Amino acid sequence: MILKRPQFRYWRMTALLAVVVALSACARPELAGEIYDPNEAQNRQMHEINKKLDRAVVRPVALSYGKSTPEELRIAVGNFASNLSLPSTVLNDILQFQLGDAIHNTARFVLNTTVGLGGLLDPATDAGLPPRDTDFGETLYVWGFGEGAYVELPLLGPSTTRDAVGKIVDMAINPLNRYVPAPQKYFLPVASVLSRLGDRYRFGTTVDSILYESADSYAQSRLLYLENRRFQLGVEVKAQDDIYEGLYDDILSE
Amino acid sequence: MKGFTMTSFPSDLPRRKLLAGLSAAGLALAVPGPALALTTEEARALIDRLVAEINAVINSGKPERAMYADFEQIFARYAYVSGIARTILGPPARTASKAQMKAFTAAFRGYMARKYGKRFREFIGGRIIVQSARPLKSFFEVKTTAVLRGEPPFEVTFMVSDISGRSLFFDMLIEGISLLKAEKTEIGAMLDKRRGKLDLLIEDLRRAG
Repeated sequence: MILKRPQFRYWRMTALLAVVVALSACARPELAGEIYDPNEAQNRQMHEINKKLDRAVVRPVALSYGKSTPEELRIAVGNFASNLSLPSTVLNDILQFQLGDAIHNTARFVLNTTVGLGGLLDPATDAGLPPRDTDFGETLYVWGFGEGAYVELPLLGPSTTRDAVGKIVDMAINPLNRYVPAPQKYFLPVASVLSRLGDRYRFGTTVDSILYESADSYAQSRLLYLENRRFQLGVEVKAQDDIYEGLYDDILSE
Repeated sequence: MKGFTMTSFPSDLPRRKLLAGLSAAGLALAVPGPALALTTEEARALIDRLVAEINAVINSGKPERAMYADFEQIFARYAYVSGIARTILGPPARTASKAQMKAFTAAFRGYMARKYGKRFREFIGGRIIVQSARPLKSFFEVKTTAVLRGEPPFEVTFMVSDISGRSLFFDMLIEGISLLKAEKTEIGAMLDKRRGKLDLLIEDLRRAG
């Protein structure tokens, strides 16, 4: 019985419980193209907190990180973080029965770790092996779980029940955490934080325009996240047609 | 086709109506039975021309301000601006007066050019390649790939229709994000903030973006 193993710590059980409870919420069938946001009030509060955090910490830190480092270095850090996430990606490829992608991403990992100097460079893309990202949120989608509710996570921002569970599971099952000794295994969180800061700097004006120039930054980021995520997953968007039908109605009534 | 002779057209009648009439007449002869006035090839050709113009601008080496002006021109010529404006405004468009709609459409066009002109900064030095076109219900979907410097290529899709009498695009999706939906959300929020007062929205839209 797995629960009796002594190394099965309290937080893992809590996380497992959270996953089970959250996934039951994903049993709701997919409503293609619609927004399901039953906790909008709490989400909006979290959104305001995230905006304050961005304004006070993330944005200024990202700006100074961006301005104090050459672009080549930031790209190398981004490559490094993305390379360290590949074992987890391969694991999800296997869980999704995408063996072609699993081989593709394994080859990427081997090539970039060796020829690419530990992942700082990305020779794999030049060799015809561009990134093919996936995560446990997608694995859940492939397994037939519904999107669940929209949720704004602390610091991480827009997500859904399914994707939030995916993030927790990805952290728990990351092979890197399991098989890499202590000092090196912290490279991944450090590199991914730096990589996110690099992205915040690089796409700075776009992020600023959504967070600080929009009349309703919450509604805007919710829409952008859901549409982009559904596109990534390949969800057939049927409700898209509704707005287009509206276009036609308007013209006919002109 | 009423009054379809070259001479019977008053000189102030829009040229697009004439062209649309001509192409529809041509199609009626070429295609027996019921058919869409616009074909997949024509939708693709439209986006081919649009993309060629965008590519020319983003690689022209002009100052950014001049590029924004070029983009506004392109948007005005290739997008169904009045239909997009109506759809984005939603139900208030039905109760608005003709003058209000005219003012809203003009303000909206400028707003779009300023807002997305800035975004096109990221496209400078890149290029867009038309990939495929297919009919969807009563309109066409044309998929393109944007190849920008130092970034993996991404998908940009145009939705094309000739419902206005001319083939124009009425939505653009960047990696699944619909410009029409994003702006419907945004303009809706702006209108809510102004307690549904359309004139106030028009006034502010002239400076926004």
